[in-house]
Amino acid sequence: MGAPNELNLTALAKYSNDFLREVEERVDEGEWVKMCMQCGVCAGSCPFGPDWEHSPQKIFMMIRAGKRQEVLTSESMWMCTSCYNCVVRCPRQLPITQIMHGLASYANRLGLAPKMQPTRQWSLQFWDNCTRTGRVNELKLTLGLYFKDGLMAGIRKAWEMRNIGLGLLMAKRLNPFELLKGHECKDKAGIHRMLKKAQEIEDRRRGFSK
Amino acid sequence: MAKKEYAFYPGCSSQLKGSASNYLTSVNTMCHKLDVKMTPIPDWNCCGASISYAGGGELARHVMNARNFALSEQHLPGQDVVATCAACWLGAKETKEKLDASSQLMAEANEALKEAGLQYKGGTAVRHMVEVLIEDLGYAELGRHVVKPLEGVKFAGYVGCQTNRPFGIAGESFENPMYLDKLVETVGGEALTKYEQKVTCCGGALAFSEPDKSQKQIRDIVESAYDAGADMIVTPCPLCQANVEVYQSEINRKQGTKFDMPVTYYSQLMAVAYGATPKQAGLDGHIIKPKKLQEIAVKVVPAKKS
Amino acid sequence: MKSAAYVCGGCGLGERLDTAQLAKIAEKEGKMELVREHPFLCSAEGVAAIRKDIETEGVTHLALAACSRRAKTEAFRFDGAALARANLREGVIWVRPDTDEARETTQEMAADYVRMACAEVKKMKLPAGSAQTGHNKRILVVGGGISGLTAAREARETGYEVVLVEKQAELGGWAAKLWKRMPEREPYAEPVDTGVDKLVEALRADPGVKIYTGATLAATGGAPGRFSASIALESGPAVTEEVGAIVQATGFSLYDARRLTEFSYGASPDIVDQAELEALARKANGGPITRPSDGKEVKRVAFVQCAGQRDDSGKHLPYCSGYCCGTSIKQAMYFKDANAAVDTVVIYTDLRVPGQAEDFYRSAQKKGVTFTKGKVSSVTPDGKVHFRDLILDEDVVLEADLVVLATGQVANSGVDIDNPEALDANGAKPVSILNLGYRQGKDLPKLRHGFADSHFICFPYETRRTGIYAAGPVRRPMDIAQAKEDATGAVLKAIQAAENAELGRAAHPRSGDLSYPIVRLDGCTQCKRCTVECPFGAIDEDEKTYPVFNESRCRRCGTCMGACPVRVISFENYSIDTVGAQIKAVDVPDEFSEKPRILVLACENDAYPALDMAGMQRAHYSAFVRVVPVRCLGSVNTIWITDALNSGYDGVMLMGCKHGDEYQCHFVKGSELATYRMSKIDDTLKQLALEVERVTTLEVAITDIERLPKLINDYADIIQNKIGLSPMKGFA
Repeated sequence: MGAPNELNLTALAKYSNDFLREVEERVDEGEWVKMCMQCGVCAGSCPFGPDWEHSPQKIFMMIRAGKRQEVLTSESMWMCTSCYNCVVRCPRQLPITQIMHGLASYANRLGLAPKMQPTRQWSLQFWDNCTRTGRVNELKLTLGLYFKDGLMAGIRKAWEMRNIGLGLLMAKRLNPFELLKGHECKDKAGIHRMLKKAQEIEDRRRGFSK
Repeated sequence: MAKKEYAFYPGCSSQLKGSASNYLTSVNTMCHKLDVKMTPIPDWNCCGASISYAGGGELARHVMNARNFALSEQHLPGQDVVATCAACWLGAKETKEKLDASSQLMAEANEALKEAGLQYKGGTAVRHMVEVLIEDLGYAELGRHVVKPLEGVKFAGYVGCQTNRPFGIAGESFENPMYLDKLVETVGGEALTKYEQKVTCCGGALAFSEPDKSQKQIRDIVESAYDAGADMIVTPCPLCQANVEVYQSEINRKQGTKFDMPVTYYSQLMAVAYGATPKQAGLDGHIIKPKKLQEIAVKVVPAKKS
Repeated sequence: MKSAAYVCGGCGLGERLDTAQLAKIAEKEGKMELVREHPFLCSAEGVAAIRKDIETEGVTHLALAACSRRAKTEAFRFDGAALARANLREGVIWVRPDTDEARETTQEMAADYVRMACAEVKKMKLPAGSAQTGHNKRILVVGGGISGLTAAREARETGYEVVLVEKQAELGGWAAKLWKRMPEREPYAEPVDTGVDKLVEALRADPGVKIYTGATLAATGGAPGRFSASIALESGPAVTEEVGAIVQATGFSLYDARRLTEFSYGASPDIVDQAELEALARKANGGPITRPSDGKEVKRVAFVQCAGQRDDSGKHLPYCSGYCCGTSIKQAMYFKDANAAVDTVVIYTDLRVPGQAEDFYRSAQKKGVTFTKGKVSSVTPDGKVHFRDLILDEDVVLEADLVVLATGQVANSGVDIDNPEALDANGAKPVSILNLGYRQGKDLPKLRHGFADSHFICFPYETRRTGIYAAGPVRRPMDIAQAKEDATGAVLKAIQAAENAELGRAAHPRSGDLSYPIVRLDGCTQCKRCTVECPFGAIDEDEKTYPVFNESRCRRCGTCMGACPVRVISFENYSIDTVGAQIKAVDVPDEFSEKPRILVLACENDAYPALDMAGMQRAHYSAFVRVVPVRCLGSVNTIWITDALNSGYDGVMLMGCKHGDEYQCHFVKGSELATYRMSKIDDTLKQLALEVERVTTLEVAITDIERLPKLINDYADIIQNKIGLSPMKGFA
C-alpha cells in the first residue's frame, strides 16, 4: 500500500509533466486535468466556492505546475458537495466532481490528506458503515460522527442535537434499536469478498501493488 | 397484472424507520394509486452515495451498484431499476454508463461480482421515480387520478442538485428545470416557477461534516421560499428533504431567523391529491408539520369514478 | 433633348398627394415637354408606356416622380435615356403623418422634389464612356509566398494569365521555411505538410504563369487595363510587362527579436524566435530537436507568447499578430511527437487560436503540452524564464533548455507615402515595393501600424489604389489559412478590375458607372487640389503641372469636383449644375411663412439608404427638409452651400459616413475632406452675419435608421426655435 517513496520526497521540477502523469495514472478521471482551459467557470459555480483554499481551476493549474505537496495536502477538494454544477458548465466537459473526489481519495491513500479534515473522516466512516452490513446503519453512523473527536465532544454534540433527534424519533425516522441491529443485507460475506477483490484489481491496475 | 412494473431500489434512507421512511410510505401509496408495481430488488445493498470516495476506490463503488443490477437482472429480469433517492440514481446511472462504455471495466466488475456469485450482463436501465412518472406515465395520466386538487397551496419546487445534474430529468434545462413545477400544477397546486434557489446545493453529505457552511446554503434556500410566497417546499431528494427541514431549528437558534417552512416530497403531494389519508401520505413523518397538506388530506370528497 | 415627366399614383401616392398638381408643376415650372400621370408606374404596362415615349416620341430625359431611386431599379432601367427620380414615397409620404394638418406641407414637399427632379435631369448627359480603356487582362502578382502563389493559382484556374514577381531567389516565402503547418481540415489535430512545394511545382510547370525570382519592381505606371511594370532582375537587364491589374502579396518580416533586450535574444543561441525553431525542426527531420549550443536533445522548452507584441509601452508592436499562438502550439507538438517526455510549457497572456484551431489547441493539451497564463518579465541567457503566473498569482522562475519567443508580423508594405522618411517597426528604412509613378506616392497608402490600407468594414482587399489589391499579412496580421482565402478574394477583385477597365466602367463601389471626371483645362488654375485630394491617387500631373486624369483609376466619387475652387471638373450625369439646379429649383417661402427650408446633402452609400429605411419604418421627420443625394460628401463643392444660403435656405446638413481610423466612408477620404472643408467656412458664415449652426456636418451609418430622423428633427428645432429663419431670404 502506498506509492513508491521517491515520489513523496522528490522536489518535482516546476511545470514538468511528472505530477500530471501521476494524477493521470492514479486519480479518477485524472487524464482530464490537462484539458482544462483555465476559464474559471467551475470556481464561480461552486456553492462552497469561497471556502476552497484553492478553487478547482487553481487546483488544475497547480497540478500542471507540479505542486504535488500543496495539492495533496490541501483541504480544498474535500469541500466538494457533489452538486455537479461545475460539471454541467465546464466548456471542456471535465468531470470535475469526480476528479476532486479522486484527488481527495488519492491524497488520503498516500496519507497526505489533513488528518482532522471532517469530511475525510465522515467519508471513511460512511464507507465503513455501509460496507459492514451492506446497508447504512443511520443511527450508528450519526453517533459515530458525533463521537469522532472523543467522548466529551460526542456527548456535547448529541445534546445539542437532542431536539432534532427527538423530532425525528417522533416522526418515525429514527430507530433507537439500530444501536443493536439495523438493516442488513443477507449476503454480507459475499459483499465483503466482492469489495476486497475489487480493491485488489484496482490497486494492481493503478500500480499500488504488483 | 399492474399497468407498469419496476425493480425498486429504495436506498438506505427509504427503509422502515429510516430517515426518509415517510418518502417510502408516500411512494408506495402513490404507486398503488397509479397501478405501478414496485418490487424491491432482493437483498439490495447501499450504493455508497456521493460521500464514500475516500474509503472506497472507484471500482469498489461501481461494484456496489453492479451488484444491485445483477440481482435485478436475476430476480426481476426485463424490468428497469427505479430509484427514489437522487444519490442512488446518480451513482447507479454513472456506474451503468461507465461499465457499458468500457469492456475492461465491465470485465473487472464481473470478476469482483463473481466472488458473490453474481454476474452483470449489462443493459439494465436505471431510472429515477420522477422519470418514470413523467416519461412512462405522462402528466396527463398523472392528472387523471387527482381527486383532491391541491388548490390554493403555493409550492416552491426545490429541485436541488442530483436529479438535475449531471443527467437531468426528461431533457430539462440544468439552470431552470421545470418538471417539479409541472408536477405541482398537475396535482392542482400553485407552482412558484420563479423560486430563485431552485437548483442551489443544500450542502448534501457535507451537512454533517461542515454544518456551518451547509446551513448557510439552507438558509438561502428557505429564505428564498419565503420571499417567493411559498406555503411549503417540495423536493425529490431524501437528503435535501432532511437537510432543509431538520436544520431550520439550528439556523433559527444560531442566526436568529424564525423559519418554520414545511418540506415535503412530490410523492406526498401526489398521494394526498390522489385521496390518501395523512398516514398513507407519510404526513406524520415531519418535524415541521405540512399543515396545508394535512388539511386537504382529511377533507372528505366523493369518490371519483375512474 | 426631349424631356418627359411621369407622376405615379401607386403605393398611396395618389391618396396622400394631389398628383394632378404635381403634374402641373412638372409642366409649368419644370418645363417638361411631356407630362403623364399613371396609377401604377412600375407595372409592366406603366413601364411600357415610358418605353413607347422613348421610342416614338423621342424622349431622351426622364424625370420619374415615384419611389426612391434605390427602388425598382430593374423596372425603371432605360438604357439610352438620362433619368432623375423624385423620391415621393420613401422621401415624402412615408416620413410625414397622414393627417389633415400635415397635408399642406406634405404637398409642398412633394412639389419641391418634382421641381428638383425636372431641373436635375435637364442638366444630365448620358455618359459616353471613356476612350482611355485598357484591354490587358493579365494579373501581376507581387510576392511569391503562400499568398502570392495562391493568387497566381486561383487566377490561372479562373482562366487568366499571371506574371509573378518574387524578391528572393526561391519561391514559397515563409511557408517554404516551415517544417509543418497548422491543419486546415478535420480533425485539426496534427501539424500537416505545408503543400508549398507542390504549389510551386504546379505553377512552374504552367505556361500561363511567367515567374521572375530575384526580381523587384523598378517602376510601375498606368492604370487598370493598362499597367506597365518594369521588373529589375538580379540576373540580367530589366524586363517590362504589361498587365491589367495587380495583387500585392508581399507578406511580412518577423519583428526583430534583438529589440527584445529583456529576453536576452542574441546573448544565447538557445533563445530563438519561431522562425529559428522551424529551422531546428527541419534539421531534426522528425527526430528529437537539439539545442543550438551543444547539440543535446531539448528536455524542457518554454514558449513565450506575445513577445514584443500587444505592447502598450510604445517600444514594441502594439497589436496581436494572430498566428503566433497557433504556431507555438504546433511547435510544442513537434517536441511531443518526437518524445512525449519532453516538457513543453506555453506561457501566454491570452491564447488566441482563430479559425478552427480550438481543436488543435485541445489536441496539444491531449499530448500533454502545458499551458499557463503568465506575464514574462525577463529571460536570462542561461535559459531562466522569469514570469508571474497569473492563475496561481505568484512569481516563478522556470528553467528551460530552449526558449522560443513568439514575435510578431511587420508588414512589408513599402514606403509610407505620407511620411517617406519614417522607419518601419524594426527600425529599418523601408524600400519602395511598387515604385509607382503616381503623383501621390510610390506605394500603397497605409492605415494603421504600417499595414496597407484595405477597407476593413466594407471592402477587404480594396486598397486606395484602384486595380491594385492587397492580400495576406501585408494588409493585416494573419495565418496561412486566412492568407489563402485572402489571396483568392483579392485576385478575383483584380480580375474584376481588369474586366471593368476594358468596358470603361467603374468596378466599385459605383459598379457599372460609365461616367468619369471631365475637366475644362482652360479654366484650370493648377491649384493641385484635385490631384492631392483624390483618395485614390487617380490624378497625375503633366510637365505643365496640369492634372492628368486616369479614368480607370477613378472610382467616380467626385471628390475632385468638390475640391475644385473654379468648378471646372464634372461628370456627364453628376455635376455642379445637376446638384446646383436642384438646390435652386426649390420654392423657398419668405421669412413670415414660418416654413424653413433645410437642405440635406446625403451620401448615397450610408446616409441616403438610412433615410429611405427610416421611411420604410414610417419614422417621421420635418416637412421642411429637402434631400439631395450626393455620391460622397467629398464631392460637395462649397458653391452648393453658397447657393443654398443665398437662396434663403435656413440650414444645410451634410450627412456622410464615418471617417478616421475606423472609417466607413466608402471612398475612404471623402467624408473626412468634407468635414475639413466645412470647418473652414465658419469664418465665411460669420462674415455673412450668419450663425455657424446654419451649416452642419454629421457622421452617420447605414444603421442609423432611428437616429437620423431624430437628428433632422433636432436640427429643425434649432432652426425654428433657437436661431430663427435665415435673414438672407428674399435676397436671391
